[in-house]
Amino acid sequence: MSEKMLGPLLDRDLIQETISTAMSKGGQWAEVFVEDRQSASAEFDEGRVESMVSSRDLGAGIRVTVGEATGFAHTADLSLEGLREAALAAAAAARGGNQIEPVALRGQGASLNRAEILPSTVSKARKVELTRQTDAAAREVDSAITQVSVRYSEGRRRILVANSDGVFNGDDQTRILLSVNCVASGDQGLQTGRETVGYTVGFELFDQYDVEAMARRAARRAITKLEARPAPSGQLPVVIQRGGGGVLFHEACGHGLEADLVDKGASVFRDRIGELVASPTVTLVDDGTMGSEWGTIAIDDEGCLSQRNVLIENGVLTDYMWDHSRSRSSGREPSGNGRRQSYQHLPMVRMTNTFVMNGEIEPEDIVSDTEKGVYVAQLGGGQVNTATGDFVFGMTEAYLIEDGRITAPLRESNLIGNGPDVLQNIELLGNDFAMGSPGTCGKDGQGVPVGDGQPTLRVASLTIGGTAS
Amino acid sequence: MKNTAELPDLAQGLLAGARENEQFEVCLSRGRSTTVKAYLGQIESVRSGASQAAGVRIVVDGRQGFATAGSLDPEVLKQVVEEARENLQFAESDPDQGIAIPDGVAPPGLDLTDPAVLRLTEEDRAAVAIELERRCLSSDSRITGVRSSAWSDGWGEFALASTSGIAVQSEGGSCSVGVQPLAMQGTETQIGYAGDAARRPDALDLDRVVSEAVEDATRMLGATKPSSEKVTVVLEPSVAAAFLGTVVGALTGERVIKGRSPFAERLGEQIAVAQLTLVDDPTNMESLGADNHDGEGLAARRNVIVDSGVLSQFLHNSYTGRRAGTSSTGSAVRGPRSTPSVGIHALSIAPGVNNRDELFAKIKKGVFIRGVNGLHSGVNPVSGDFSVGAYGQRIQDGALGEPFREATIASTLQRMLLDIVEIGGDFEFLPSGTGMTSIAIADVALSGI
Repeated sequence: MSEKMLGPLLDRDLIQETISTAMSKGGQWAEVFVEDRQSASAEFDEGRVESMVSSRDLGAGIRVTVGEATGFAHTADLSLEGLREAALAAAAAARGGNQIEPVALRGQGASLNRAEILPSTVSKARKVELTRQTDAAAREVDSAITQVSVRYSEGRRRILVANSDGVFNGDDQTRILLSVNCVASGDQGLQTGRETVGYTVGFELFDQYDVEAMARRAARRAITKLEARPAPSGQLPVVIQRGGGGVLFHEACGHGLEADLVDKGASVFRDRIGELVASPTVTLVDDGTMGSEWGTIAIDDEGCLSQRNVLIENGVLTDYMWDHSRSRSSGREPSGNGRRQSYQHLPMVRMTNTFVMNGEIEPEDIVSDTEKGVYVAQLGGGQVNTATGDFVFGMTEAYLIEDGRITAPLRESNLIGNGPDVLQNIELLGNDFAMGSPGTCGKDGQGVPVGDGQPTLRVASLTIGGTAS
Repeated sequence: MKNTAELPDLAQGLLAGARENEQFEVCLSRGRSTTVKAYLGQIESVRSGASQAAGVRIVVDGRQGFATAGSLDPEVLKQVVEEARENLQFAESDPDQGIAIPDGVAPPGLDLTDPAVLRLTEEDRAAVAIELERRCLSSDSRITGVRSSAWSDGWGEFALASTSGIAVQSEGGSCSVGVQPLAMQGTETQIGYAGDAARRPDALDLDRVVSEAVEDATRMLGATKPSSEKVTVVLEPSVAAAFLGTVVGALTGERVIKGRSPFAERLGEQIAVAQLTLVDDPTNMESLGADNHDGEGLAARRNVIVDSGVLSQFLHNSYTGRRAGTSSTGSAVRGPRSTPSVGIHALSIAPGVNNRDELFAKIKKGVFIRGVNGLHSGVNPVSGDFSVGAYGQRIQDGALGEPFREATIASTLQRMLLDIVEIGGDFEFLPSGTGMTSIAIADVALSGI
């Protein structure tokens, strides 16, 4: 394994001086966040390489706090003068506190890249070939596949976080994503099938991962849906296949357990620590340390080591997720959940990899125990209103369950439920845990990579937003 | 390093490095933005920053390469050009690929460079954010808090130049506000939202933002789950804009030429009721989407997309126009960070005559949709399947009634266009730049209990 250790993104003395400048107007705490992001992508569409794109972003965000007020300024100019200007802009917005001397920076500020094969060392031709291979595998499935598009993207994000408490930590994150979208054409019109693989890993991903099998799954999904009938309208039991619906928990309760929303009274889970909020079979974890999963980070974007946080244990709410400012005002340790989209953004409480742990039931028994319901093989994105707990998510592959058997495929539609109700209504939990597809979680206009997972499970009742009566 | 050169000069400088066989296009931008949030009567945060961006597109023999960076540093720009040149070697040739060629259409000559936002001070910004929060809290005893009260403004410059002779530049500013009050009754909490955006601070309607946000939160208190049935729905303008925005997305060149639109083969056919006329008109200054040029530097122009229910044209950029055997409709959408796609700039509906109450008056049983969610997950613009989470109020015997939540509405985009029963006369330009009215649509599946 060729682990790669690099020194700090910016010189220690330069950072130390910038922190001092940032606190010079009476700031009580200051932070410098430096980010260098390089990404590249290849699009394969209509049977040919359509484009290759590369992108580079380098800059710093400087944050100063006085009491509950925060000043923040970002700049792409990392010279002494550029950083000084941004530090003064941030300081001007958070001034007049009792002057506090910053602590000297500790730590190395160095960062370790865990990728075995850095994507930048792989030829562009090889990446293009990967998309071509994926396209070919999808098209071979059936002549009804009329369109295939494949997107490969890679990103390397080096960060450095330093603050007036002496934190001086770095991280070097490499992520790879490959997605395939198929369109199938039939008598009833067009249908789509999508599959995505993504990990916090280097190009060695493709030594193990079968991209052709993934392409075939996406193609079959589109073909299957050509025969789909309209989804039901109304309430039914819903069985969700392992790894297909971790987004349920992300939306049903994940966002509501973010301390910033809780603190402002915008969460149905406020003041409920220690209460039974879910079926006693449910243990919900957010874990930023989880192998090479999509939401995995070594440190969060406030320099705090990522960790495994149990949020719900055997149905009892045990903790919320925290960032620096919320944990400080509550007098507790942060939980490694302070994240931001880029150096141009203020961090806030965000999930990493959020999942429900295994139950004890065989997945086949969950289906056979269901007389009438809906079987969801893949959920798409979702959205939640944290104040009411109402959330929606889309079914991108689903079937009817009739007399304990999976039967007719269903057209796409949304499901809607209420987070606190659904948690209580997880009535069967399988023993076949799997992580799901990589996701991008949006909050207040910022997107960050997140993972999710769950075993096969049954919710007693959700509203299916179809058109069939 | 800081680069203070004028953007058009910088663009021409890069263009000078184009090789003889290259179609070469440079897109540059530079801007500043500030966001101030208030909480509990104090400034919660002030976020400001300068940003820069550059994008270089090079086409040789129908092969396109693109590279971009968040910097105008000369060294970085040099790398961007090299990367774009390298990238094109891996793309495959498409005879229609290429940059825009000037088409002789004159730009509308709009003056969008109102400097009012440049005169704003930190105090001005904070005062509005604090005021919005205070007014929400004092307007209704059920408002117990405000999750977020924010002011934002920005100023940006843009320049685009290419070897085909395009050289355009623009600059301008905008400002916006948004507030999310929390309403409480017993143990129930509802969150509301309203916002506004304008080119000048004095054009923001704060009274309206406060009353809409408070109403949005309080009106939903006591909401219950409705029963599942087929009903007539009235979409409020922002919801109607989301629905029609998705429809028009399926009428853009990329989707159409690649067979990813249910309307791909339907040019010249009746796809909607005769009352529906949709126009994309960036030459109308009243829309915040107004502009002199599109994302490839061609003149912005008025495009009639749906004319009395007939699909009259698709929207195109240069590439999709060439492939479709027609020409660009000036509908390229992009910033320096991406290659041009196709989209709407300032979509507008032709209004009907009746106000919202008059729309309700004709409905015996239905629902008024105040908001939807899950648009990104529940609408498939390829198959046309439409299913979204919805909340709002019941309509009973011609009048608005009790609120409902935790429901979905579903149909298909194709059917909904033909099931429109009335287009309202309550035309307004939304902060998104879309000009919209309320729309009543029959026979939509409402799913609840």
